[in-house]
Amino acid sequence: MDEALVRQLTPGVLGVLVRRGADFAAAEDAVQDALVEAIRVWPVDPPRDAKGWLVTVAWRKFLDATKAATARRQREDHVDAPQGPVPDVDDTLQLYFLCAHPSLTPSSAVALTLRAVGGLTTRQIAQAYLVPEATMAQRISRAKRTVAEVRFDQPGDVATVLRVLYLVFNEGYSGDVDLAAEAIRLTRQLAGVIDHPEVAGLLALMLLHHARRASRTAADGSLVPLADQDRGRWDTAMITEGVAILQAALARDHLGEFQAQAAIAALHADAPTAAETDWPQIVEWYDELAQLTANPVVRLNRAVAVGEADGPHAGLAALSTIDPALPRYTAVAAHLHERTGDLATAARLYAEAARAAPNLPERDHLTRQAARLNSQLPR
Amino acid sequence: MAKYLMLKHYRGAPNAVNDVPMDQWTPEEITAHFDYMNDFAARLEQTGEFVESQALAPDGVFVRFDGEGRPPVTDGPFAETKDLVAGWMVIDVDSYERALELAGELSAAPGAGGRPIHEWLELRPFLGCHSPVTGG
Repeated sequence: MDEALVRQLTPGVLGVLVRRGADFAAAEDAVQDALVEAIRVWPVDPPRDAKGWLVTVAWRKFLDATKAATARRQREDHVDAPQGPVPDVDDTLQLYFLCAHPSLTPSSAVALTLRAVGGLTTRQIAQAYLVPEATMAQRISRAKRTVAEVRFDQPGDVATVLRVLYLVFNEGYSGDVDLAAEAIRLTRQLAGVIDHPEVAGLLALMLLHHARRASRTAADGSLVPLADQDRGRWDTAMITEGVAILQAALARDHLGEFQAQAAIAALHADAPTAAETDWPQIVEWYDELAQLTANPVVRLNRAVAVGEADGPHAGLAALSTIDPALPRYTAVAAHLHERTGDLATAARLYAEAARAAPNLPERDHLTRQAARLNSQLPR
Repeated sequence: MAKYLMLKHYRGAPNAVNDVPMDQWTPEEITAHFDYMNDFAARLEQTGEFVESQALAPDGVFVRFDGEGRPPVTDGPFAETKDLVAGWMVIDVDSYERALELAGELSAAPGAGGRPIHEWLELRPFLGCHSPVTGG
């Protein structure tokens, strides 16, 4: 059976239940139950109308649960809505807004989005985030309680939805769920229900990064920096798609952070070799990006680009205006010092950066850089 | 989200404010202490922030490879070892500030006289297993 199809139908089925009068939390539980049943039943007894099947089963699960909960209060009349044809209204966008509601913490919004919009099971989400299933189940119930009073038809903020999807994308891959691919699927689905240049920008950004995934890590799991990646392993079809989506978005002249980031990713993707990268144009895009966001990481990345465009001394001058406490500052300083030929300083800074690295692959990469330079230095 | 380890030490941490060994507490004070710890873990599960909790026996040995064909060498236990870990709790939280807040609450577990122990807990961030996709 096609698990991707089931997941894709999830928000639509949930929307139908909510429109029929089910409250969001109960409807979401019922849809999750229906998904689990679909996974069990469909391989031996595939439905002709997958969405209709899911709506019928989810509605029955909802009624069963509600009747059990309200038997004493005799409220069946209220919830026993007619089982007419599935209304042709797409509530997917409302679901994205609800699951990324500003009252939720980032981790709650991520978990709720993956379950209610993404159709992942609690177990899959727990595995992907390396927490016990019971903890993830509580995180999701709590998130649902937090948004219980939010009106379903209330307009939401696209920017918060995009931040949630960006977080999911950056989690990469752990457990049996490919979160980066899932983030792309959810962003693509969002782009199908709302016409917004930043949604397109984020989708383009994800595609352009995802296209390089195979080349980003070596067989032993170590990081391969952009300059050393085997560009023959980049997914050119995905790059082409990302560039086309980005160009259409940029043509609408409503520049945003994700479009600018995607433009930078596109310039990297466009270069046949690292040496042919259009660094001056990348610096210009970082200048644009700095106008759009106060995020200091942008200035750090700009210093790297300046170092490539105008030489390492210019890069170090750009770096000198940035707060050294910023994560990865020391790694950038190490790289620029190496380019100036000051290998001793670079080696010392790489080792220092490794000690402060926020994750294992970066720490190991920086340690190797320090070791590479130290082995070239006179003892 | 980030995972943090809250480490409890038998030895090696600065002295707690209410620093009375547990064998000198009343049985009720001991019960109150463990109830507090269990409630704390249960509450973190409710908030979706609990990952795991373990306690360690104080006695351990050092072990090392001693060459092909030879059994590993053991040494210890060392009664004088300065740093001795007693156990840990792993949490998964939205911010460093939240991790600090939780470590503070755990340190307030009641001890002798039913008063908070004010035990020093070591808070250590986990190194993630992957680097962000948009980083390179």
